[in-house]
Amino acid sequence: MTLWEVNLLPATGETDREARALERAAAELHDAYAAGEAPILAASARGFLIGAPSADDATIDRIVSELLADPVVERPLAGRMGDIDLAAPPAELVQRVGGSPIGLLHVLPKPGVMDPVAGSAEGAIADLGVAEPHVRSLRKYWVSGVTQDRLEELAMRLLANDAIEQVVVGPLAITSLDAGEDHAFELKHVDIAGLDDEGLMRLSREGQLYLQLAEMQTIQRYFADQGRAPTDIELETLAQTWSEHCSHKTLAGRIAYRDERGERRFENMLKETIFAATNKLREGWGADDWCVSVFKDNAGIVRFDETDNVCFKVETHNHPSALEPYGGANTGMGGVIRDTLGTGLGAKPICSTDVFCFAPPDTPDSELPPGVLPPRRVIEGVVAGVRDYGNRMGIPTVNGAVCFDQRYLGNPLVYCGNAGLIPHDKSFKEPQPNDLIVAIGGRTGRDGIHGATFSSAELTSESESLSGGAVQIGNAIEEKKVTDVLLQARDRGLFTAVTDCGAGGFSSAVGEMGEEIGAEVWLEKAPLKYRGLSYTEIWISEAQERMVFSVPDDKWEEMHALCEAEGVEASVLGRFTPTGDLKLTFHGETVGELPMALLHDGRPPVVREASYTPPATEPFSPPAKDDYTEDLLKILGSLNVASKEWVIRQYDHEVQGGSVIKPLVGVQNDGPGDAAVVRPKLSSRRGLVISCGINPRYGEFDTYRMAASAIDEAIRNAVAVGADPTRLALLDNFCWGDCERSETLGSLVRAALACHDLSLAFEAPFVSGKDSLNNEFSYLGAGGEKQTIAIPPTLLISAMGQVDDVAKCVTMDLKRAGNRLYAVGLTRDEMGGSHLALVQELAGGEAPAVDTDLAKTVFAGVHAAIDQGLVASCHDVSEGGLSAALAEMAFAGGLGVDADLSTAPSEGLTTAAVGLLFSESNSRFVCEVASENAEAFEAALGAAPHAAIGEVTATDHVAITADGAAVRADLAALKEAWQAPLRW
Amino acid sequence: MASPRVLVLRSPGANCDEETAEAFRLAGGVAQPVHVNRLLESPDLLADYQVLCVPGGFSYGDDIAAGRVLGGQLRRRLADACQRFRDDGKLVLGICNGYQVLMSAGLLDLDSEGAEGSGERSATLAWSDRGRYDARWVTLHATPGECVFLRGIDTIEMPVAHAEGRFAIRDSAALDRLRNAGQLVLRYAEGDNPNGSADDVAGVCDRSGRVLGLMPHPERFIDATQHPCWTRSGLSGEGAGLAIFRNAVSFFD
Repeated sequence: MTLWEVNLLPATGETDREARALERAAAELHDAYAAGEAPILAASARGFLIGAPSADDATIDRIVSELLADPVVERPLAGRMGDIDLAAPPAELVQRVGGSPIGLLHVLPKPGVMDPVAGSAEGAIADLGVAEPHVRSLRKYWVSGVTQDRLEELAMRLLANDAIEQVVVGPLAITSLDAGEDHAFELKHVDIAGLDDEGLMRLSREGQLYLQLAEMQTIQRYFADQGRAPTDIELETLAQTWSEHCSHKTLAGRIAYRDERGERRFENMLKETIFAATNKLREGWGADDWCVSVFKDNAGIVRFDETDNVCFKVETHNHPSALEPYGGANTGMGGVIRDTLGTGLGAKPICSTDVFCFAPPDTPDSELPPGVLPPRRVIEGVVAGVRDYGNRMGIPTVNGAVCFDQRYLGNPLVYCGNAGLIPHDKSFKEPQPNDLIVAIGGRTGRDGIHGATFSSAELTSESESLSGGAVQIGNAIEEKKVTDVLLQARDRGLFTAVTDCGAGGFSSAVGEMGEEIGAEVWLEKAPLKYRGLSYTEIWISEAQERMVFSVPDDKWEEMHALCEAEGVEASVLGRFTPTGDLKLTFHGETVGELPMALLHDGRPPVVREASYTPPATEPFSPPAKDDYTEDLLKILGSLNVASKEWVIRQYDHEVQGGSVIKPLVGVQNDGPGDAAVVRPKLSSRRGLVISCGINPRYGEFDTYRMAASAIDEAIRNAVAVGADPTRLALLDNFCWGDCERSETLGSLVRAALACHDLSLAFEAPFVSGKDSLNNEFSYLGAGGEKQTIAIPPTLLISAMGQVDDVAKCVTMDLKRAGNRLYAVGLTRDEMGGSHLALVQELAGGEAPAVDTDLAKTVFAGVHAAIDQGLVASCHDVSEGGLSAALAEMAFAGGLGVDADLSTAPSEGLTTAAVGLLFSESNSRFVCEVASENAEAFEAALGAAPHAAIGEVTATDHVAITADGAAVRADLAALKEAWQAPLRW
Repeated sequence: MASPRVLVLRSPGANCDEETAEAFRLAGGVAQPVHVNRLLESPDLLADYQVLCVPGGFSYGDDIAAGRVLGGQLRRRLADACQRFRDDGKLVLGICNGYQVLMSAGLLDLDSEGAEGSGERSATLAWSDRGRYDARWVTLHATPGECVFLRGIDTIEMPVAHAEGRFAIRDSAALDRLRNAGQLVLRYAEGDNPNGSADDVAGVCDRSGRVLGLMPHPERFIDATQHPCWTRSGLSGEGAGLAIFRNAVSFFD
């Protein structure tokens, strides 16, 4: 079949943005790649490869003029594959380089990789009346100034990612767009009976099963008892179901924990800490219990109003994002949205959150271990991935955080969260025996094979080549269509249960849904993206945008018609047969048969040791100064604190129309809001508050305090905008290193104990959570020795609060000159892990603890004051302490501050000035109050410690004194320090 | 007269349909989301409505270019229904992606007269100068002229959220022609042009004034608490963007 290539070049006068970006990036690498002194110059085009059985040149011309090209800003060029005009560099570039040789590069998605642009183009070309079009998208570059033999390397470094894309140097010579070949069926058995322990572990590793010895032995025994060898699909099913990712076997396993207080044994650590706290709270509330469904569905559900509940889930997608930042983060967001869709009988996604942990963007290339992408490329890719999924789905991304630490170099963390709205009577699901198993949405391809097991392994410098298939690219529009169908089908009562196809694909989804019943799956019925998939690949593929339903026979016709009406593919894959077994067939032949009981209860318990030894304490001894202005400016400009406006503005935070408190607030809409508030029902004034807390720096001192601080921070952020502290639901997301090391696991158990204790004390239930272990990156050092970078223990706490009338919410920007400023809460000598310590490069001190009785009093008091309309602005005090909080409030509001912290409530400060200005003690706020409200405000605070510390001034100056020391700076200088570092 | 019926056009990837329908309802219209597949099956369906609104989102993923695929469907497969709709004196509103769709469908009378089919497009919505998606609030000035939707509006604040919204024009003659025809009805205030649009153009109408396309989102400002500074300025009640929907509804009084 003839293939055509269409190039779309920027029209004369239009900026060639892709080429300018390439030139900027190449300039930094000039020494390594340039052919001479001349700068590296480029031109670009986007393009399509098109083939269709009936097409001729005139057809292609019509496709170009009616569909592909914009005649105002683009210059189209079309020709048959190999046409020399297509390879010729644009005249403008020829003129700019003045006779130097120009190389040609193409970047294309690898065959079989999701190419949504090509998919849409195929649909639109068919719409033009051209039958059976095949399309592939491409990017094309002409580059001068680079040594010819280094062109490909430059392209791999700056333009393409080997996990998903291929680079072609010189003219294209592609003859077919067909991705697959026919699959020759052959039932495969795996010989496991004769293997010794070493052989079992080799099979586990080389088969990418990533199971432990005891698990492999259990499998070996089961099949010995059956008197047969397992098939490949049976082993894969067991490996997926028993993976850390799907079963959380470490934290839900037996742990012997030892710390300074003695020993404690857990049969199921999570159940006995975090779940136990929630259960105890619910028992205590009795009839007033506002939790609906916790720790069992895809997301935790709590009550919202008389008719609806809300659910919330946060997931991580760390390993895929390390290899392919865009695709990893893209499908991370897509995946957590499917968690919402798969909660109960389907919740409507209403807002998203994103929290990232990266290595500093200025890490020099020379310090990158082999196989590690430059941090800036990771950051840009991750942000773009989240952006393109959330924005396209029409779900506002309203809250987040970004943390930086060198140890996230090979293993960045990407947390994506999503909240949903679900009617009371749709909050539970139960598949019924003999229901049909129905899959809807995207087709199944070879993308994402072994994601569940791969994400449970440690990353290495070779992960990319080993697990490239585990990386996926999302297609948000497919998921939007699935959402539209799902919510209509839910309201019409067309199914009895639904779940998402996430890690483990159909294997996981069908295995979970059929756990209590049994299931028979006809694998050949799954629609495929291309030919050639084996039955096992179909079963474990993690291709995106698929949901699995249990549909009663008499509803299938209506379900099918609904899907067809919205252009969503739906297929019957099998039946939930009441046999207690999982039976897999391919064209009538049984390829696997396992008891559900073996899958879900057959895994041998994981038993681990965990230990915690408190680190030796040393004092924090900062040099005495009387002017701390420079320190404050450095803190505001530190990466963790600095403005994330570059990220936030790329996200649509207002779609769905419910935005109340935006992520950026203030007179110029650029101050750091504490928490987001959305109104999920446009007919109601009730608001949902989303906030988070994270501070890995405190974990260096004590992971108990780190966890307690993160919980306190998430709650106080929510309270600061007006959330009711008695209606806060929490989520935990543990990202840790290798928990086979007892001290690593010990630090995690300690954090979980804090979650238990604080949840009980604050009466804030954990409703869902997730862990991601083995976040380590290993590589061979220069001398051939194994080097490992483990991430710092990182706990993200997300909070979901509620407010009865959004009109009561407040923001953190100062409002009016003459208003009084109050410090609320108690400042203690807690400088360990503080940002003053960071910018002064000092160690020592104690990480902030949480006094829960005091904290509850403060939260209740501040909430009462906000609820009564007495607070003009309110800001939580965190990194950088009171001085940073005041500075942020000032530049966000465009008003000055005159404050003396000496009267602020404090206790046990060794250096009063340092503590008052910079201590990061928990449970504190700064509030702005009109003088006529001062008396009522103080009354509303009740027993919460507080003091008037100054006033808002009609100046552009911030002046804060504390025990003889001071900070003095103009608003412009403070804001510039805060905005400059990440103003990309 | 009975409330006008508003067809809010759903499509794969449209995602502002619900809040846009809510805005029309608050303004007194009877708004119904209808999937484009229903219109393609029976184009006569359009005749049951007085207002056609193409809402924001990413129709068909904006995969080839923003609004291109849905715009092509309106231009090729719904041309007659759309023409009758306009000839009957009815209203068409395209917001953000909907504006891109109207532009792509050729429903805004931007090409020089007689150029129909000659391929000589005068204007387009191109990639922003920023080179990426960007969400922010902007101040706009309206010069309504004949434009029904902007009657009585002088200065208004609304959010923009897009990557491809730069109003690009073929040449200065085309710009002069559209300006003189009174079609450049909505402009970003000085210093508030978020994407490098020619002549600060944020929205354009057709020659009749009954078809409007605009990049900013009026449906995101129908309640005071949607404004980014509502906690500073003491705003309460409805948002200024509702005026655009009220104008559409009251046109049929």
